[in-house]
Amino acid sequence: MNIKLISRIIAMILLAESVLMLPSMFIAISDGDMKVAHSFMITIVLVAAIGLIVLKFVKNTRKDFYAQEGLVTTGLSWIVMSLFGALPFFISKQIPNYINAVFETVSGFTTTGASILGDVESLSRGILFWRSFTHWIGGMGMLVFLLAVIPVIGKNSGSNVYLLRAESPGPSPGKFTPKIHHTALILYGIYFALTFLCFCFLLAGGMPVFDSMCTAFGTAGTGGFGVKNTSLAGYSAYLQNVTTVFMLLFGVNFNIYYLLILRKFSSVFKDEELRAYIFLVFLSVVSISLNIYVSMPETYGTFRSALHEAAFQVSSIMTTTGFSTCDFDLWPSFSKSILLVLMCVGACAGSTGGGMKVIRISLLFKSIKRNTIKAIHPRQVWAIQVNERVVDEKIINGTHAYLSVYCSICLISFLLISLDGLTTGTNLSAVLACFNNIGPGIELVGASRNYSVYGAFSKIILSLDMLLGRLEIFPILLLFNFNTWKRHG
Amino acid sequence: MKIIIAGDGKVGHALTRLLSQEGHELVVIDSDPEVLENNSQLFDVLPIEGNCVTMKTLSEAQVEEAELLIAATNSDEINLLCCFTARKLNPNLHTIARVRSLEYLHQCYEMREDFGLSMTINPEGNAAKEIFRLLQFPGFLKRETFAKGRVEIVELLIPGDSVLCGVQLSKLSDVLKCKVLICAVVRDGNVAILGGNDTIKENDHIYVTAPTNVLSTLLASLNIITKKTKHVMIIGGGRISHFLAKSLISAGIKVKIIEQDEERCRLLSRQIPEAAIINADGSSQEVLDSEGLAQTNALVALTGLDEINIIMSLYAASRGVPQVFTKVNRMESTGFLEDIGINRIINPEELCSASIVQYVRALQNQTGAAVTLHHIAGGRAEALEFRVNEGTYFTNTPLKSVNIKKNILISCISHKGKTVIPDGNSAFTVGDTIIVVNATGTPILQLNDIFNI
Repeated sequence: MNIKLISRIIAMILLAESVLMLPSMFIAISDGDMKVAHSFMITIVLVAAIGLIVLKFVKNTRKDFYAQEGLVTTGLSWIVMSLFGALPFFISKQIPNYINAVFETVSGFTTTGASILGDVESLSRGILFWRSFTHWIGGMGMLVFLLAVIPVIGKNSGSNVYLLRAESPGPSPGKFTPKIHHTALILYGIYFALTFLCFCFLLAGGMPVFDSMCTAFGTAGTGGFGVKNTSLAGYSAYLQNVTTVFMLLFGVNFNIYYLLILRKFSSVFKDEELRAYIFLVFLSVVSISLNIYVSMPETYGTFRSALHEAAFQVSSIMTTTGFSTCDFDLWPSFSKSILLVLMCVGACAGSTGGGMKVIRISLLFKSIKRNTIKAIHPRQVWAIQVNERVVDEKIINGTHAYLSVYCSICLISFLLISLDGLTTGTNLSAVLACFNNIGPGIELVGASRNYSVYGAFSKIILSLDMLLGRLEIFPILLLFNFNTWKRHG
Repeated sequence: MKIIIAGDGKVGHALTRLLSQEGHELVVIDSDPEVLENNSQLFDVLPIEGNCVTMKTLSEAQVEEAELLIAATNSDEINLLCCFTARKLNPNLHTIARVRSLEYLHQCYEMREDFGLSMTINPEGNAAKEIFRLLQFPGFLKRETFAKGRVEIVELLIPGDSVLCGVQLSKLSDVLKCKVLICAVVRDGNVAILGGNDTIKENDHIYVTAPTNVLSTLLASLNIITKKTKHVMIIGGGRISHFLAKSLISAGIKVKIIEQDEERCRLLSRQIPEAAIINADGSSQEVLDSEGLAQTNALVALTGLDEINIIMSLYAASRGVPQVFTKVNRMESTGFLEDIGINRIINPEELCSASIVQYVRALQNQTGAAVTLHHIAGGRAEALEFRVNEGTYFTNTPLKSVNIKKNILISCISHKGKTVIPDGNSAFTVGDTIIVVNATGTPILQLNDIFNI
């Protein structure tokens, strides 16, 4: 284990984080809110100092950096980032309890959007901005950002791939250009351009500049922190529709956008994951709008309004964003169940969204189909294909393993947070909403409520769930493995 | 530069390593996903799984934007077809194909236009040529040729009783009775360029720049008795053996090839009737002894297994065979083998990769690129031949007033066919050829890169 190199990378992350706090500080200063501005200043100086000291005194001599190091670096850097990112909330006393502040920051970086705050509007604007900005940083990942800017582990080294892989969601994330540096640049370029587009559309619809920025960050990272207590319910139908469309766009694999830039339209059109994603969205929207239109005639007078609400909520939940325009807790149970299922499915691999990912679900279904056929014709040879390419058995096995770890973690977290004595539906949806990086669940943690009902222990468990979900389990799990830290492990 | 490497075998792997160190954008095509997985974990390259002959795979590898394609799969036919197809997709593409079969080599040259080939490489042929050149001058561990064969860089090991032990470099010409230059030294595994006040020590591997015509004087003054090679024993009857045996026999040297496979033996005896083909297990000491190992002048271990080659070389050295050559395929650093006395190491993949790297650098800057490039000191340094042109700085300036970067040395100046080993008062002019030794670890792309400006 190359601990020196890992510390250096984390130090670089800290430096980057301190720079990224500057905009929030300037907003606080321009608002004349010196208490908040001070809390940012203290944090920036502290974080930058730690980063610089580590870079100055820890010199790496070895260049060995393999899968294990990549995973550990990713896991550790996200935890460190969250612990320090929580300081402005804590120092400025906007969130006086440190564990609550960490929960809020982890929720931000992992683009979950689960909050412990009842009254968001009482927060200072600098803090609100930082809260939403963490979504934007966490959406694409800080390490990918670093890879785009500097060669973290020496030039021309293949080891940088381990970092990209450990941080990007999906069963087999890869590069689409020979140099990882270029891939990271293109990813951030697409991310930045789409975010800016979203911001412009919101601004054009009459949303104030500050609100547009925060909402654009929340949408881009598929996060879900709003700047209003009612999330997006208070905005016009146009603004809600813009958000619906952009949430869906950010839930698409970013490789698709690269293919569009390359004008390879036929491969985009034929992409199985994209088709499945669109199909699922379409199916869910139609089912839910029919369901709520029929069973709640007094709320949704026209089919159009039912369709509008259903589309927003489906794209918000499926892409794991977690904005809301209405309290879907009041919806009939069929619609709520659809949303719960969508929570687990999640967005496409290689997007900013969380969840199991559409591609994994489709692989699992193909695998089920194969096993069924094998039961009837034991000698039949059947290779699972995606996009007319045979999927390696290793990836299939990996997907199965992922599913089992995923379920075990859900169950264990579910058991642990049940100690707080809340209802079963609340606990189950809280775990699912945190683990899949969505935000709001149902019942006591529903769209119009928040996570302050849980105790400190449950909040720590849920924070870990959020990290596990965002980094796809293994980087965090590895940190708790004794063998990782053994000298010759 | 964007380069596609088709076929991720031994040559492909060596090429990936060298070219990614030089900072090129690499796409590697192979049909085996496992091989690609390994490769992409070691290097920053884009792996593409598929058949490199199909247009689909090639355009997936972005052949339209590539500048060079190197086909190095283990089948000559696939390599040729791959280059042919790739040129159809991108007419401006440069292509290099690995062609190993003797039967094709000639016609590839004739048909290079039709195949769209810029260059062919033959690792086994190169390796055989290298061994043959070394056998002509026993005593040197390596020979690299420059300036159309007029200058060489040779490698020597300094034993404890050598006349060079403890000699200061500035006194070198007094001891050797000829003017040569020690351009690099490998000591304790590190390569260094020595100054005039440094001394030579026991067990140093020295690299000497010398005009070809003083090589025999050099050997004589070092008391290295050069018995002419008359008998050579080769273990393993593969392609290198075939190439090597042919050239040895035409130089009047007797060859004995020991090969285990009967079918292969029959084929060899048909193709090279002058050689003695022995059908026996070359990894057996008894067989080697009974075939006259003690009397032979040189043993060349060329089986497919590195371990066997190394062990049989050690055994031959212990039986007093003066020259032992060891083929090693699967190792990137062979320095540690020198510690146990295996000095003449032949790595076919490294040899041909160097010539491809040279081609790539020449493509990168059409004028001013190195004419010749050789890796010396086990790849830790490189020797490059440049032509001085109008754009070169410091022409007609004495070398002592030219500021050259650290760990770079001008080791030879060739002026109108006359070779000069330079000292502080020498200078180069436009039209000269100069040989530069670079031990900095970063590549030199053009001559002006060596100066501190």
